[in-house]
Amino acid sequence: MTGQALLSVEQVAVDLPTPRGNLRAVDRVDLGVGAGRTLGIVGESGSGKTMLSRAILQLLPKKARLSGRVMFDGQDLGRLDPERLRQLRGRSLAVVFQDPMTSLNPVLTIGTQLIETLQEHLELDALAAKKRSVELLAAVGIPAPEQRLRQYPHQLSGGMRQRVAIAIALSCEPKLLIADEPTTALDVTIQAQILDLLAREQRRRHMAMILITHDLGVVAGRTDEVAVMYAGRVVERAPTRALFKKMRMPYTEALLAALPKIDAAPHTPLPAISGRPPDPTRPVQGCSFSPRCRYAVDQCQREKPLLSAAESPDHQFACFHPIEAGV
Amino acid sequence: MSASLLSVENLVVEYAVGGKTIHAVSGVSFEVARGETLGLVGESGCGKSTLGRAVLQLRRPVSGHVMFDGEDLTAMQGDALRRMRRRVQLIFQDPIASLNPRRRIGDIIAEPLVIAGVKDPGKRQQLVCEVLSAVGLDPALVIGRLPHEFSGGQCQRICIARALVLKPEFIVCDEPVSALDVSIRAQILNLLEAMKARFGLTLLFIAHDLAVVKAVSDRVAVMYLGRLCEVGPSEQLFVRPAHPYTALLIEAIPVPDPDVRPAESVAAGEPPSPMAPPSGCRFRTRCPRADNRCSDEVPELRAVAPGQFAACHHPLIPSA
Repeated sequence: MTGQALLSVEQVAVDLPTPRGNLRAVDRVDLGVGAGRTLGIVGESGSGKTMLSRAILQLLPKKARLSGRVMFDGQDLGRLDPERLRQLRGRSLAVVFQDPMTSLNPVLTIGTQLIETLQEHLELDALAAKKRSVELLAAVGIPAPEQRLRQYPHQLSGGMRQRVAIAIALSCEPKLLIADEPTTALDVTIQAQILDLLAREQRRRHMAMILITHDLGVVAGRTDEVAVMYAGRVVERAPTRALFKKMRMPYTEALLAALPKIDAAPHTPLPAISGRPPDPTRPVQGCSFSPRCRYAVDQCQREKPLLSAAESPDHQFACFHPIEAGV
Repeated sequence: MSASLLSVENLVVEYAVGGKTIHAVSGVSFEVARGETLGLVGESGCGKSTLGRAVLQLRRPVSGHVMFDGEDLTAMQGDALRRMRRRVQLIFQDPIASLNPRRRIGDIIAEPLVIAGVKDPGKRQQLVCEVLSAVGLDPALVIGRLPHEFSGGQCQRICIARALVLKPEFIVCDEPVSALDVSIRAQILNLLEAMKARFGLTLLFIAHDLAVVKAVSDRVAVMYLGRLCEVGPSEQLFVRPAHPYTALLIEAIPVPDPDVRPAESVAAGEPPSPMAPPSGCRFRTRCPRADNRCSDEVPELRAVAPGQFAACHHPLIPSA
């Protein structure tokens, strides 16, 4: 990552008090993304990827404790007053969630929601806001945009709703778009359309994007850099091409291997990862992946490996026994 | 396909919603041979789950027949159907929601035995323990606990155990791994394969993910808006799809390889409403090869290669 990162996440940790004790959802994460770049964050449920995106947006649950620093466009988001933060979130920092129904208001028309956003953040008058709304809906591939403005979210399909959510997110020309599992609820052909749309708009606007997903297939062709999360930590981070060429962290490799391959013969047994992720209220002393790792030795159970680079400075991994290069 | 255990003939399922009719399944026919896994793929709303339920008579079809081991399930009622249901089981997508949260795992798995009339509690306990061990759970640690104490993957193992406890011959698996994380999904797929081999099962495996379906299926049927587009041996179907919709589905799968550039907007548009399906071929509104014939004439499933059938007027491989 270059010096002029638009967003930089520095030693961010999120702790959530639960009846069963403290839950460290995000554990000292460092990440960054520059203008016009796409960072993929990959992880399974409970890996902390969504909590991390909420920490960036300063939208954590009330009880959560955040430590570390989130620098965005030269400002420390943790130090901004709530009003300034609110302005920033609508304008230069936008987000698209997995389920568009959670971000769209079910009792307001699509038009009201889009026009309201534009009026609030860009101070457009009603007519200009409406005109801009139609353009935005057309840009995200919604047919008959004028008519859609009068419709309610429930009258649209899942794919169309996600397009509306993207139109709202893009409406104020954000500098950074966080897309949190934007296609997980959608069918595979619609998923391809939405990912194409995000990529196209990102290029056109020279916007930075964070694409959060559980699917290594989604990040492979559509990101510049990938961070893999496991049990709240980033365990491997590299430029996308370098990562797929040479995975060093056994978890990343195992995650890829566990995916059914379209070109494998039927009934080929899948190399499954045994066991399951650790209980986040009972942290593992050593490497969190060690109980499931086939390369684990004593040291892995005792000590926590730090995220560090070996031969190439931009390929980092947290492992004492990384997979050897060229294997 | 001489030894088919299940044969579905011209099945039609419709739902009435507010005076309108949803054409969920419109004249679907297929066979599943004993010991075979037939994969059924399609996007949400294509009718694949309805088809699975109609096969088991959980949703009664409007017309058509479901022949199971020579007997017509659609003609059965009451006791005869209940007896037949011991031989066919269902596994659902959401493993946590399909377990009663207030009942202990041991009782949940014993329930089918109670219904089937296994009166001896000792015998039930023994069968429950056997089946739990088979799915990789330790009976001693599991029997007395409640569903919320288990993860999604473990709950799916419990659901599989419940489906197996009556030693069925045929199981409909409706999106059994869609709700699970990648690392757990592989475990459950491997488990289903192992159980199939161990108990000599025949499976109808329903999913929206082609790669998942291919991993476990001998043959695959592709469904779009209530009709089958294509049926064929898994390997063959993926290498040489004949129906443009099958090709589209394959192209849309994200490939975990940065050197494979994602095909730019492979799929135009969205599936039309099943309340008003297009005339002729239902895929024609999204199909790059569609012409007048496709809107006038419903394409029949025709052989395009040995064992491979496509319902298309302009298949990607010439008709055999």
